[in-house]
Amino acid sequence: MLKAVILIGGPQKGTRFRPLSLDIPKPLFPVAGVPLIQHHIEACAALENLKEILLIGFYPIAQIQTFIDDMQKQYNVAIKYLQEFTALGTAGSLYHFRDQIRCGNPDAFFIFVLILLLQELYKFHKEQTSKFQSKACVTIVGTEATRQQSLNYGCIVTNKDTHEVSHYVEKPNSYVSTLISCGIYIFSLDIFQIIGETFNTKQQEYYRNENGNGNKEAGFIQLEKEIFPQLSGTGKMYAFQLNNWWSQLKTAGSAIYANRHYLELYRINHPERLYTLKGEGDCTIIPDVHINPTASIDPTAVLGPNVSIGPGVVVGPGVRIKESIILANAVIEERSLVLHSIIGRGSRVGRWARVEGTPSDPDPNKPFAKMENPPLFNSDGRLNPSITILGCSVTVPSETILLNTIVLPNKELTRSIKNEIIL
Amino acid sequence: MKEDGLRALILVGGYGTRLRPLTLSRPKPLVEFANKPILLHQIEALVDAGVTEVILAVSYRAEQMEQELTEEANKLGINIIFSHESEPLGTAGPLALAKDILVKSTKPFFVLNSDIICDFPFRELAKFHASHGKEGTIVVTRVEEPSKYGVVVYDKENCISSFIEKPQEFISNKINAGLYILNPSVLSRIELRPTSIEKEVFPSIAADRHLYAFELQGFWMDVGQPKDFLTGMCLYLKHLRTSNPAKLYKGCGVVGNVLVDPTAKIGTNCQIGPNVIIGPGVVIEDGVCIKRSTILEGVTIRSNSWLESCIIGWRCSVGRWVRMEGITVLGEDVIVKDETYINGGQVLPHKNIAASVPEPQIIM
Repeated sequence: MLKAVILIGGPQKGTRFRPLSLDIPKPLFPVAGVPLIQHHIEACAALENLKEILLIGFYPIAQIQTFIDDMQKQYNVAIKYLQEFTALGTAGSLYHFRDQIRCGNPDAFFIFVLILLLQELYKFHKEQTSKFQSKACVTIVGTEATRQQSLNYGCIVTNKDTHEVSHYVEKPNSYVSTLISCGIYIFSLDIFQIIGETFNTKQQEYYRNENGNGNKEAGFIQLEKEIFPQLSGTGKMYAFQLNNWWSQLKTAGSAIYANRHYLELYRINHPERLYTLKGEGDCTIIPDVHINPTASIDPTAVLGPNVSIGPGVVVGPGVRIKESIILANAVIEERSLVLHSIIGRGSRVGRWARVEGTPSDPDPNKPFAKMENPPLFNSDGRLNPSITILGCSVTVPSETILLNTIVLPNKELTRSIKNEIIL
Repeated sequence: MKEDGLRALILVGGYGTRLRPLTLSRPKPLVEFANKPILLHQIEALVDAGVTEVILAVSYRAEQMEQELTEEANKLGINIIFSHESEPLGTAGPLALAKDILVKSTKPFFVLNSDIICDFPFRELAKFHASHGKEGTIVVTRVEEPSKYGVVVYDKENCISSFIEKPQEFISNKINAGLYILNPSVLSRIELRPTSIEKEVFPSIAADRHLYAFELQGFWMDVGQPKDFLTGMCLYLKHLRTSNPAKLYKGCGVVGNVLVDPTAKIGTNCQIGPNVIIGPGVVIEDGVCIKRSTILEGVTIRSNSWLESCIIGWRCSVGRWVRMEGITVLGEDVIVKDETYINGGQVLPHKNIAASVPEPQIIM
């Protein structure tokens, strides 16, 4: 029997995902028309012998419960949300809920740190777990990155023949390895012994007032900083190299990039989620496009590629949408153009408006390049060109242009805006 | 040609670089303002006032212009003479160069800067000039910010006492409008060399109390550069609304003052205006919005595009969902690809624009 644990963080996390995470928890943000963690749940539910999915995070239960109920109904698997009383770190939260995870005595469990997106994980798992399980305490999924970008991730050094991890370091200052951690782990239950030792050491330090954890909770333990480095080189940690597409979803800008890849995956996994033309009176589609069935699209509109349209959205005559996500109940009035942008829930774009952003997709000419997550501002204090994002209930007046602009929720704009953040 | 006809000299001057990229394809006097070459607005008004011979002072040879204007002259039954300067002679030198033609008659003659658009009051000007009986009359127009110009100071009888360049303190809000009527006697004051009529000739006539000011009523604009070209277009259309409203377009989706050539085609669900001029053979597809712009002959604008403050050159092709604004000027035969954005672009002829130009820039 297998279990999966998905670490979803909490409201204090995902700040770089603002303003999209201001009104909806980041794990529930729809990518390719489906909440982000539903993609993970779906991948897990497809695994043979997987009996339970545990979501661990510190969002208030009220924000997550409806989603959990929906998922239970959709996928025939037990799903529970375990709310941390405070941020405990990746290892700390696993340890805190160890009884829940151990319950039923699973052979192994998966961990997903929410920021990741994955592809066909189940295939890999089936082949790999049996091979490593006898000896391995943890298997970590790695992928190639560029030398420069590897510094932003957990770096893994392996023995090429045995795949054993000989060294692990989180976000090093200098180059260590181009094999980086994807944030997908497979643990055997022995891991709790190892986390437990660290936990006890920390508790003792805490009560002796040797507070090595700063202001953080005594139980705050990070897998990546405290557990993996000590496991590496002991023969208990292995790495599996994933050659498929993988990306983090850290900044709002990466949502469009992720959207494109999930839409592409739908061609194989969920062709029914891609919009197919129904004939007479239909709008023009340039694949791939996802349209929620409750959205209303004028026949003269042209959508795609890489467009997701949420429920209740209204798209008027002569509208053009490309490389964008339109969230629930937004209205795009006639003749407008939306490019490389995310339109928030219930926002309204007036007619002949132009809403345009600048994509920051990985450099296609660099092998293994990952999505860049540039900071909002460059070293001169100027806003880096980004995708354009409208928070929820933003009104864009007719005939204006929004270029590389981020608008926080509930704003009624009155003019054209370029390269600005509107509070 | 009628013996008693009046003469006029139009200072056409050089290459019209300020109106590039349009003037790279066509000499400035032939660039259409309100669907008619700029120069023809002036020549037709002069003919109405009884002018039968027009001298064009040009500092370069432009066979295209000479040929086209000669045809127009024949239609109007007047004589057009090209007076070529071998070196630029300023604003007064060309008068000395054309002296032989101008002194054939004792009647006063008109002098015009070629970029001026207004409701040319040549008859009233000639009448006023005759009434005071002195050597010259300058048309003056009122401006809001006189400190940017040279202002004209005159008394209650309109006799000019002085010209003051860019006054710091308010002295007058009347500036030289670039239209004059002069007696042939003035020619004796001008030498054949590069010289300025405003700075050298007029002050000396004024000193002799022989120069009068005629106040222009109504609109006036020097349309020699794109920004002013569009402002002048708005003023012209507003004037047309009162003087000849039948000429304005009244189709579906029109807002405000719009002039459309009868051979142009406009699609459905468009919003044209206010202040738009559409030339012959232009095709505007469905769902296009155009404001404060001039679209020259043979242009195609594809569906769902949005244009404001643009001059679109002859035979350009603008794609779908294009946005252009900020005094964008497209030269002849420019192709703008679907979904691009051009802000304040000055695009040279025959270019293909495939990527957006979000900040003002010249595209070679």
